[in-house]
Amino acid sequence: MSADASHATAAFSVMEHLPILLVAVPMIGAAVVAMTRNSNLAWFISLVISLAMPILAGLLLHEVYKAGVISYALGGWEPPYGIEYRVDVANAFVLLIVSVMATFALLYAKRVVEEDIADHNRPWFYTMYLLCLCGLLGIAVTGDAFNAFVFLEVSSLSTYAMIAMGRDRRALVAAYQYLVMGTIGATLYVLGVGILFAMTGTLNFADMAERLKDVEETRPVFAALAFITVGLSLKIALFPLHKWLPNAYAYAPSMATVFLASTATKVAIYLLVRFIYSIYAPIVDFGSSSSVSVIVGLSLLAMFTASFVACTQKNVERMLAFSSVAQIGYITLGVSFGSKLGLTGGLVHLLNHAVMKGALFMCTGAIMLRLGSVKLDDMAGIGRKMPITMALFVLAGLSLIGVPGTVGFVSKWYLALASFEAGHGWLAFAIMASSLLAVVYIGRVVEVAYFREPTMKVMMSKEPPVMMLVPMVLLVVACFYFGIDAEYTAETAEKAADVFLTGMGGAAQ
Amino acid sequence: MIEDIVTNYNYFITIFLMSCGLYIVVARGNMVKKLIGLGLFQTSVYLLYLSPGKILGGTPPIIGEGYEVYSNPLPHVLILTAIVVGVATLGLGLALVVRINEAYGTIEEDDLFGKGGIADEEDADQGMGGGA
Repeated sequence: MSADASHATAAFSVMEHLPILLVAVPMIGAAVVAMTRNSNLAWFISLVISLAMPILAGLLLHEVYKAGVISYALGGWEPPYGIEYRVDVANAFVLLIVSVMATFALLYAKRVVEEDIADHNRPWFYTMYLLCLCGLLGIAVTGDAFNAFVFLEVSSLSTYAMIAMGRDRRALVAAYQYLVMGTIGATLYVLGVGILFAMTGTLNFADMAERLKDVEETRPVFAALAFITVGLSLKIALFPLHKWLPNAYAYAPSMATVFLASTATKVAIYLLVRFIYSIYAPIVDFGSSSSVSVIVGLSLLAMFTASFVACTQKNVERMLAFSSVAQIGYITLGVSFGSKLGLTGGLVHLLNHAVMKGALFMCTGAIMLRLGSVKLDDMAGIGRKMPITMALFVLAGLSLIGVPGTVGFVSKWYLALASFEAGHGWLAFAIMASSLLAVVYIGRVVEVAYFREPTMKVMMSKEPPVMMLVPMVLLVVACFYFGIDAEYTAETAEKAADVFLTGMGGAAQ
Repeated sequence: MIEDIVTNYNYFITIFLMSCGLYIVVARGNMVKKLIGLGLFQTSVYLLYLSPGKILGGTPPIIGEGYEVYSNPLPHVLILTAIVVGVATLGLGLALVVRINEAYGTIEEDDLFGKGGIADEEDADQGMGGGA
């Protein structure tokens, strides 16, 4: 009896402390992994921790579905005086995306990390991975603007270190450039937060949203919005602040590329949306505001320019990186509509893009492993020697294009509906036109991989190990499963959009 | 106008330092100098936080007789964290510069991106690229 009772209380307290566990577990795990000297052990510990994260995030999403908002006072200091971890459907959704994608990336990682990184550095690499995961989850879970900055820097600094571990020496320069641009972005963000703090005297998101109403129409408040938008746009890699992204993705270790492409920019988008909708929306009419038309313009430029540049790339990983810049354009476009449909489209694309870009980068990582190159010319005829990998690449590519039945179609459908609803039907055509560019750049890879004679080097390559194929297959299956049955993903995104549109007024539990 | 500047001189110092830092990051080709500029840029923000937190004649927030006007201690705590972040960034940045110097033999961006450096590697990627 007593054993049962103690078990029940233990389970209860886990549920109670879910928000902090999402941050604390990877952080402590990073310290443990840093002390191991065995790369297999380091991978295994990281895997155990990573596997726990989606479970915790899933439980949290389940809880907020029932309860609405969960407020967790860090260290028992009552909000708004202490740091509050505030979870609603919107951040629970982001937490689940990040933790699931991180787990897939780690499942896939073992073999590519052995290839990319020297033995004595592997535990350090996994340490960086866990710290980055901790930072990303922290940004999503926190309800405190300055705490978000600290986690932004935790994730960024570990990201720079991960990128610098790439095999190519250009990885070092890419990491340095990202460090400079990322630090400028984070500093601009903290500058904006500082101005808001001076104006409102609070750092708590919900409290800030309330107190901003007293100082609306003052110039510092709008200057703060400008600083925060530009600072986070650097992190998001919103066109034209994307300069750091292509090199960082192309030269980072394959595992880091998979992980970052599917998580890092997504979390920054979440934070920006949180600021715009949950904090500023009550005092700014974004529907008529010129700042939004700037974001619409930049999103369109990203969709076309970056897709076009992607078509000219000879390195497939760089091509996919430019495609990421374009896809980020879709997300920011959806977010900038300011309508429920638009936000739903943007948020569902956040998930969908994470899944399909994760799958695509896993395929290129596998090709890099077997062929030692992801240049288009070297990949001639690779479809014959690595049929499964290339088939998965094509299927995920179809999803990127937005073929009906895939997740890409679901997001574009919502975005198109939102454009018509907003009275900008031409935007729907712009979305379709830029999808055609995706046909071109994915098509180029297909042409090279299937319709050219294999070179000697290609003849000697073979499929990657099963350990890598499994996460790839699972992600591609997800691309189609959620493409055909979009009910659950779209419904959650819709609920998250509701949270953003109704503000932070919801009563906390 | 002059009065505005005099009463808000702390903000003008912040803006001046910030512009200097950002200018150094953009204008200098030497990677270490860029990091110095970046450090200046980050440091200027500390001032933005700290200066409004100080009230002239204010005391630490102690409840008791004789303590009536309090200064907010929170900005100091925040900036303590931000300083740690700044040190970590600078440390990592310098470590990367050391590695770049080992790999390329230069930390001048002009040399790094010019002929014999990254430009050639990019050409190799974009141009010949192994061929068939």
